[in-house]
Amino acid sequence: MSSWDWQVFCKDTIDGEIVPRCFGGAGDVTYLDWLLSAWGWTLSVSLLALGVALVLGSIMGILRTAPHRGLVLLGNAWTELFRNIPLLVQIFLWYHVVPALIPPLRGVPSFILVVLGLGLFTSARISEQVKAGIQSLPRGQRMAGLALGFTLPQTYRHVILPMAFRIVIPPLTSESMNIVKNSAVAFAVSISELTLFALQAQEETARGIEIYLAVTGLYFITAFAINRVLHFIEQRVRVPGMIGGGR
Amino acid sequence: MKLIAVLGTLTLSVVLLTSTPALSQDAGGTLKKIKDSGAATMGVRESSGGLSFTVGDGKFAGFHVELCQRILADVQKQLGLAKLDIKYQPVTSQNRIPLTQNGTVDIECGSTTNNAARQKDVAFAVTTYVEEVRIAVKAGSGIASIAQLNGKNVATTTGTTSVQLLRKHERATGVDFKEVFGKDHADSFLLLESGRADAFVMDGQILAGNIAKSKNPADFRIVGEVLAVEPIAIMLRKDDPAFKKAADDSLKALIKSGEMAKIYDKWFMQPIPPANKPIGLPASEATKAAWANPNDKPAEDYAKK
Repeated sequence: MSSWDWQVFCKDTIDGEIVPRCFGGAGDVTYLDWLLSAWGWTLSVSLLALGVALVLGSIMGILRTAPHRGLVLLGNAWTELFRNIPLLVQIFLWYHVVPALIPPLRGVPSFILVVLGLGLFTSARISEQVKAGIQSLPRGQRMAGLALGFTLPQTYRHVILPMAFRIVIPPLTSESMNIVKNSAVAFAVSISELTLFALQAQEETARGIEIYLAVTGLYFITAFAINRVLHFIEQRVRVPGMIGGGR
Repeated sequence: MKLIAVLGTLTLSVVLLTSTPALSQDAGGTLKKIKDSGAATMGVRESSGGLSFTVGDGKFAGFHVELCQRILADVQKQLGLAKLDIKYQPVTSQNRIPLTQNGTVDIECGSTTNNAARQKDVAFAVTTYVEEVRIAVKAGSGIASIAQLNGKNVATTTGTTSVQLLRKHERATGVDFKEVFGKDHADSFLLLESGRADAFVMDGQILAGNIAKSKNPADFRIVGEVLAVEPIAIMLRKDDPAFKKAADDSLKALIKSGEMAKIYDKWFMQPIPPANKPIGLPASEATKAAWANPNDKPAEDYAKK
């Protein structure tokens, strides 16, 4: 009962026979092959969603600090909309409800929908952090930029954002790690990522503990690798003397 | 800081892995345990179609739950107990076997397939229900067999044996379909209903139950060949012949008196909670054959014929 059976990963997913060297080939798929492909799906969903979230989140965060009521309203509405609806509900809205209202969206693969859904959800959180980063700067910074003859976009580009983004790297790191863990919701819309693999493979093999441990390990490695990469970036871009760049 | 995190993870996993439940297989077996404690624990499922389901408030009902209640009533008589306290313990497909082995559950009344691998760990009473894996489609789709699913989207539920079954079929027949996975049966059915999937492959009683509960049951059909046959049985602890005999004798008596068919009718043909709609699945030939000739053969023996 409590004995280990790591050989389970070497089994063929169709006949359950143990395949030598653990990797199938020529149409044979082992659980190890499947695990790695599931990891690939998790990485693809997470990284693409992270891209969407960083771009949209930054734009919305910046709009929320702009000296223009309409833009602030747009940014606020965006943020509140996407952060006040539970993630799983948002994914289902994209998958089941939106295509029912707009029929052409039916042809969009669920992979794109989940990348968008996860990306938009996270963009609301990133927008909040970017806004906080910008507002943490003294008001004089913006005024100084404008007084020097910069236009508003130039002030953002050369004065405000270089400091604000450095300040928000730590919370962005957490958010980037969260996106890996949140990508588990993709199983609900039929993306064969790690959580779907775990649910399915433990049923087929009856070796739930081994399967879940392997999947847990891969989630941990992925999130931790993102943590290290962003930590490295944080170190590299640090400017002594700039706000948040001390030490 | 980092070291603490790593150590914490390690300790946690060690604790999780070494806490094997205490074994309580006393020499007298389950009958003695029931006699001494005046109580029996029934393993039940939250949602296993008409076989075993919750009606809320910690109460459970269904075909297998009622059969187990009959078995325990007979056991009570046999042991001469004035009062037998029946406890209901919800189980999942992940924990039902360990909980039966370690004595938390005395008799599991859910929807467990009797197969050779499980017979190494647990015992089964005689088969009371034979599940057939079928295909549900929209009535107007024109699909009538699995061969017509070539290039179509086929829904099934994550964490069920149907997923593996589809994969086997795909390889054996060269039929190439795109699998879509629902996170539970209701979700898979929604995929079929909304047109994201052209077919839903699952246990017959689950298909029938979902169709019965849908807005317009006439829109759906269960079609095509039986893809797999699995004997579903009440699960017991292994190596406890006295208790297995008591369970088998009760069930055989129910079959003989015709009660079995009546109880089946009650749960599969009459309206049942929570929607008060019938599942509408008459006993299959395979189920009737299992009643005619009570046995505890594993699923592998069904596949051979």
